[in-house]
Amino acid sequence: MPSTTYGKGLRGLALATLITMTAALVLVFFYAPLDQTQGFVQKIFYVHVPLAIISLVGFVFGGVLAIGYLRTGDRKWDMRSYVAIHMGLIFGIGGLITGSIWAKASWGHWWVWNEPTLVSFLIVLLLFATYQPLRFSIEDPERQSRYASVFAIVGGAFVPLNYIAVQAATAYVHPRVLTLTSANLPPSMGLTFVVSLLAFALLYVTLWKYEMAAKNARSQVRRLRRTLLGDDLARPAGRSAAPL
Amino acid sequence: MSAVLVFAAPELPLGTSGKYVAAAYIVVLALILAYVAIMAVRAQRLERDLDELRRDVEAARAAQDANRETESVL
Repeated sequence: MPSTTYGKGLRGLALATLITMTAALVLVFFYAPLDQTQGFVQKIFYVHVPLAIISLVGFVFGGVLAIGYLRTGDRKWDMRSYVAIHMGLIFGIGGLITGSIWAKASWGHWWVWNEPTLVSFLIVLLLFATYQPLRFSIEDPERQSRYASVFAIVGGAFVPLNYIAVQAATAYVHPRVLTLTSANLPPSMGLTFVVSLLAFALLYVTLWKYEMAAKNARSQVRRLRRTLLGDDLARPAGRSAAPL
Repeated sequence: MSAVLVFAAPELPLGTSGKYVAAAYIVVLALILAYVAIMAVRAQRLERDLDELRRDVEAARAAQDANRETESVL
């Protein structure tokens, strides 16, 4: 890890995120037309759907990075996978809350249990919510990384399977605006959605790099301290689920 | 400049659903702010650790110099 500099390009990335996010907000509120059936409440779609998509992509990304750890045994892959899943969880919680607000405004209920899209997303989110307690429960760092990587790969593979299962389900209460092959959106709404999705994707990458840079710096400080004072005198790292 | 843009912008058809849309966007903003706040606290802790490390390095260097001086006197 010491040779990797995650902070490189972070400023430019953050600036690009800010510009894209501002552009997305302008497009959402001043360019995209009002939806004929849902009206103004449809504006939630431009944050809810990108958050949910990026969250699920983040979980798959975490699984892919975990393969890197199992292949090489290098803990930097484990840390990358951990941060990817951590960010995915944050985005997922955002997607869940915004979806719930949309459901209340549209359907009159905060949550509908017989809707496959909602329940399946909740299952995925709860599955990945157990990732950190799993890490936390294992003391040995090597075992912790190995078990967490296996969990991340299996969980990551579960995400597309879950998506296919939901697509195959027959009960459709949740609006089906996007599928893998088509998007039932007018061009102006489509453009707004794409910019919004890009903005949240950039936000994910920026925060991922930011957290990686912070963890990397912290890890290097600890390593230097151990080198300087020796393993016994160095202040023990606080109990943390994060790999260091 | 931003105030001019806000006032120049066309009025939004908020209706009854305006509060829900506002709530959704505020939730996203709050999540981002909370994350940044947590990261800021961690950055402060890291700065403290770095300060402590710098002090340890200086102390070790001072001890090394003192040892060298003692050796040269002997």
